Amino acid sequence: MDLDSLYQEIILDHYKHPHHAGLRDPFEAEVHHVNPTCGDEVTLRVHVADGVVEDVSYDALGCSISQASTSVMTDLLIGKSVDEAMTIHQTFLELMQGKGQVEPDEDVLEDGIAFAGVAKFPARVKCALLSWMAWKDATAQSLDKEKA
Amino acid sequence: MIEGLLPELEVIRKDFPILERTLAGGYPLVYLDSANTSQKPQVVIDTMVDHLERHNANVARAMHQLGAEASEAFEAGRDKVAAFIKAPSRDEVIFTKNASEALNLVANTLAWRGDLQVGEGDEVVITEMEHHSNIVPWQLLTERTGATLRWFGLTDDGRLDLSNIDELITERTKVVSLTWVSNMLGTINPVREIADRAHQVGAIVVVDASQAAPQLPVDVVASGADVLVFTGHKVVGPTGIGVLWGRREVLEQLPPFLGGGEMIETVRMERSTYAGIPHKFEAGTPPIVEAVGLGAAVDYLDHVGMDAIHAHEQAITAYALEGLQTVPGLTVMGPLDAASRGGAISFEIAGVHPHDVAQVLDSRGIAVRAGHHCAKPAHARFGVQSSTRMSSYLYTTPAEIDALVEGLHHTRSYFKLDA
Ligand SMILES: Cc1ncc(COP(=O)(O)O)c(C=O)c1O
Repeated sequence: MDLDSLYQEIILDHYKHPHHAGLRDPFEAEVHHVNPTCGDEVTLRVHVADGVVEDVSYDALGCSISQASTSVMTDLLIGKSVDEAMTIHQTFLELMQGKGQVEPDEDVLEDGIAFAGVAKFPARVKCALLSWMAWKDATAQSLDKEKA
Repeated sequence: MIEGLLPELEVIRKDFPILERTLAGGYPLVYLDSANTSQKPQVVIDTMVDHLERHNANVARAMHQLGAEASEAFEAGRDKVAAFIKAPSRDEVIFTKNASEALNLVANTLAWRGDLQVGEGDEVVITEMEHHSNIVPWQLLTERTGATLRWFGLTDDGRLDLSNIDELITERTKVVSLTWVSNMLGTINPVREIADRAHQVGAIVVVDASQAAPQLPVDVVASGADVLVFTGHKVVGPTGIGVLWGRREVLEQLPPFLGGGEMIETVRMERSTYAGIPHKFEAGTPPIVEAVGLGAAVDYLDHVGMDAIHAHEQAITAYALEGLQTVPGLTVMGPLDAASRGGAISFEIAGVHPHDVAQVLDSRGIAVRAGHHCAKPAHARFGVQSSTRMSSYLYTTPAEIDALVEGLHHTRSYFKLDA
């Protein structure tokens, strides 16, 4: 079993020094997601203005994969338009669900390509996706609120 | 040689074919997840295969030779389980799907009309170290009936805090349900002492023996329980079968749980009458080959001897507690003396998440559990979200504990904790 393909340096760096950590104001939606099998948790806030992801802030408890994935996600999504962010989300999802067969696109995913190895460890895919799912949920809620 | 180990450990290991497996990278399997599910000896596998190959038929309702053989084998499983737990009567042994279903059976039927019905103003007492299977059914019961759920807290060293027992167990208490051995902390609880107190106020006592039955000699009457449950797959038996033992008077007072074939005496369109125990609680085709396999499993354990298995677990646990102390930054949760605990040890390593610990160990063929082990409240009590758990059984060797300890040192260096 190739541990090093799972624990890429980039992942361990993000784990030790997570970017954009902490909960911040302002925000339009806050969600709390858990991975019921292992108990990993994330509380995540989104601030969206004029169709742009202005901020994603979070408080997360979990393993290196889930923590690093959250950190990388905030790097990728903050400052993007909601549409672009959704495309990146979709690309990351496809990579993670690709069972290790999907070639990662560095132009879109940047540090996120380090997670290609995670896709080969089915038990860890949920860890990597926890905060991405939380972000999508929170963003959908904030857009609903805007419409209402 | 460590005192207390099973003298024929190498012979016992040969009974478990899976222990010869190697895993990715050529590592031999080091299986330290027996509190999750135990491995199966050849005799259990063979007995189940033989039953399916030669004696398969439905039980109780097939009027042919195979039907008679299958019924006999199934009921022999009940006899063996009754002997294993020293039940006064075989009829008090009810087969369920697992321990969870057994606990739900009790918690559900207590909500329904009957002599033991739990209602508004009544109290149910559990503990903070329960498996979710012994928490959620009681939450559902008390929510449905308007009763109140209360619980024993834990001391810092992972034992039940009994200091307020007289405030918790009162005239209002109808049920006290607790685990005999904690699946997370390993703690062995003073079941008899608590049961005696509960009986003084007329409460019934439910004991979750899911972790006790595999490693302690069980005598249901001496335990003080009115109802005791365990699950087949942790006592070297198959999945898909659990055991509910209850004192005859209690089982007779509880209304039926599921309705269907086998649990009736006669059925008319207006109403039915019910079979006596155990069949009253066994609606539908039961887990037949599983009961046959479980019979072989408890026979196997009895043959090795539960006292000897208990001594082995204690010796391995003491050895493991010693070895774990050599890992920097490692904290064991639960009692630190092997004599008052079972063979499950949960721990934390500062700076590495349990998921990551388990992953690195797995890459060396070492199987442990990481997460909350279905005991979230007990983890919350100790201010942690999850832990790594090693759990041994009658086939565990000191060399496997050495492999674990070495694996944990390696995990620390892999994550550069000393850098
Ligand atoms: C203490 C305890 N209770 C209950 C259970 C539930 O067993 P099962 O999942 O087989 O119903 C377990 C096992 O996971 C356990 O360790």
